[in-house]
Amino acid sequence: MADVTAHITGTVWKIECKVGQQVNAGDTLVILESMKMEMPVEATDGGVVKEIRIKEAQPVNEGDVLIVLG
Amino acid sequence: MFKKILVANRGEIARRIITVAKTMGMQTVAVYSDADAELPFVKEADEAVRLGPAPAKDSYLNVAALLEAAKRTKAEAIHPGYGFISENAEFARTVADSGIVFVGPPPEAMLRMKDKSEARRLAAAAGVPIVPGSQDTLPDVASALAEAERIGYPVLCKAAGGGGGIGMAVANTPAELEKVFRACVDRAKAAFSRDTVYLERYFPAPRHLEVQILGDLKGHTLHVLERECSIQRRHQKVVEEAGSPLFLDGKNAEVHAKLFDAGLKAAKAFGYANAGTVEFLYSEGQVYFIEMNARLQVEHPVTELTTGVDLIGWQFRIAAGETLTVQQHEVRRRGHALEFRVYAEDPVKFFPSPGPLKVFDPPTGDGVRLDAGYAQGNVVTPNYDPMIAKLIISGSDRLDAIRRAKDALAAFRIEGIKHNLPLHQRILNDEEFAAGRIDTKFLDHRAKS
Repeated sequence: MADVTAHITGTVWKIECKVGQQVNAGDTLVILESMKMEMPVEATDGGVVKEIRIKEAQPVNEGDVLIVLG
Repeated sequence: MFKKILVANRGEIARRIITVAKTMGMQTVAVYSDADAELPFVKEADEAVRLGPAPAKDSYLNVAALLEAAKRTKAEAIHPGYGFISENAEFARTVADSGIVFVGPPPEAMLRMKDKSEARRLAAAAGVPIVPGSQDTLPDVASALAEAERIGYPVLCKAAGGGGGIGMAVANTPAELEKVFRACVDRAKAAFSRDTVYLERYFPAPRHLEVQILGDLKGHTLHVLERECSIQRRHQKVVEEAGSPLFLDGKNAEVHAKLFDAGLKAAKAFGYANAGTVEFLYSEGQVYFIEMNARLQVEHPVTELTTGVDLIGWQFRIAAGETLTVQQHEVRRRGHALEFRVYAEDPVKFFPSPGPLKVFDPPTGDGVRLDAGYAQGNVVTPNYDPMIAKLIISGSDRLDAIRRAKDALAAFRIEGIKHNLPLHQRILNDEEFAAGRIDTKFLDHRAKS
């Protein structure tokens, strides 16, 4: 299991993965928006998307878990 | 002069405009979003009107709410600051139609500057040097090679329908251009369903220079010297200065004169009035027009501090129909000024970093000015751009300003968010910066640690 966390404080702009999807390290999973910038959140390891803990337009803080990979 | 004005902006620039307007004896109205209710600009205005929720489209870009606020408070003029609705010609026209004065250029001039290819054509027709490029789109490799020969290598191959760097590629030699041209045509087809591409001269590391313009409604136009804004990250300015190190001690006098001449010609070609800025690239002894900005620039204080010309004050006077009494020969530079944009962001990766300003303790001293949008205890929210303040330092010359800036940055304390003060300190300690050898790629390879 690997938690993918928010690297910035902002809002969830787009979710780019689905539960059950196989992803590789470097794939964009979520795009966050903060201070007029879109910042992609990438998978640090490969795996299967087990859980998506956020919704689009939801505010998140730096360090919050967005996606759980298994 | 107006009795009451509304400032359609937020943060440091709203605060600054309110201060200037009060000094001139005007009543001031601030407008704000829910995210900004506690910020200093809201409290310092004589009146404050809530526009709506935090997102800019619901607040600072909400034309109906802005107009309603102006009417309700009986404001006679609206100052748009920079960003948001400042370059929206339609808004300017709507404001004027409501019998309120828009503090900015005529809407027709704004429209002429907005379309980049039209602006380029107008500037070229007025004798302003533009980046060399192909006049038309290029049908085949042979015509591209012929055009590149005329323009000079390296060339940038661009998709005509493109934007944001999509489908752009650099070619250093004819052999590279053959490859790049075909790839560029394919990408243009895929991305924009058009296979038309054109060429432009590519400058690997240009400097960014700009000329401040002031013009009144009676056709009197002058320039208020240049600024250099080469220190950038992600095409956003980080440090600006007046004057440009390129021209210090009378160096490159010919280019200097050419720059002012081109700036004035461009402003006149657009039918400009009020305060505006003509932006140029500089490379190997030549200046090239990029665009004209129909508004006050973020970095206007470095011009004010070195020339004594009150740009915001003149914006109001010109909008009120007054004649510009400053003459070109009276515009002289005294000393040097540097502006450091304080961003709420990681100083290495440049990631945004909103949060509470637990400590915000700015420096004071000779030649130190701080234009801040926030005070200690305020929260920097993720809703707007990351600039929280501008530290502006003036000195008798560039080295004196650098010396004072080092002291001021060392004394500046911000806690609770990540910020770029360490980056500014690294820039000031860089030998190439100290020597004035800077270009727009500076932060790609220098001041890293």
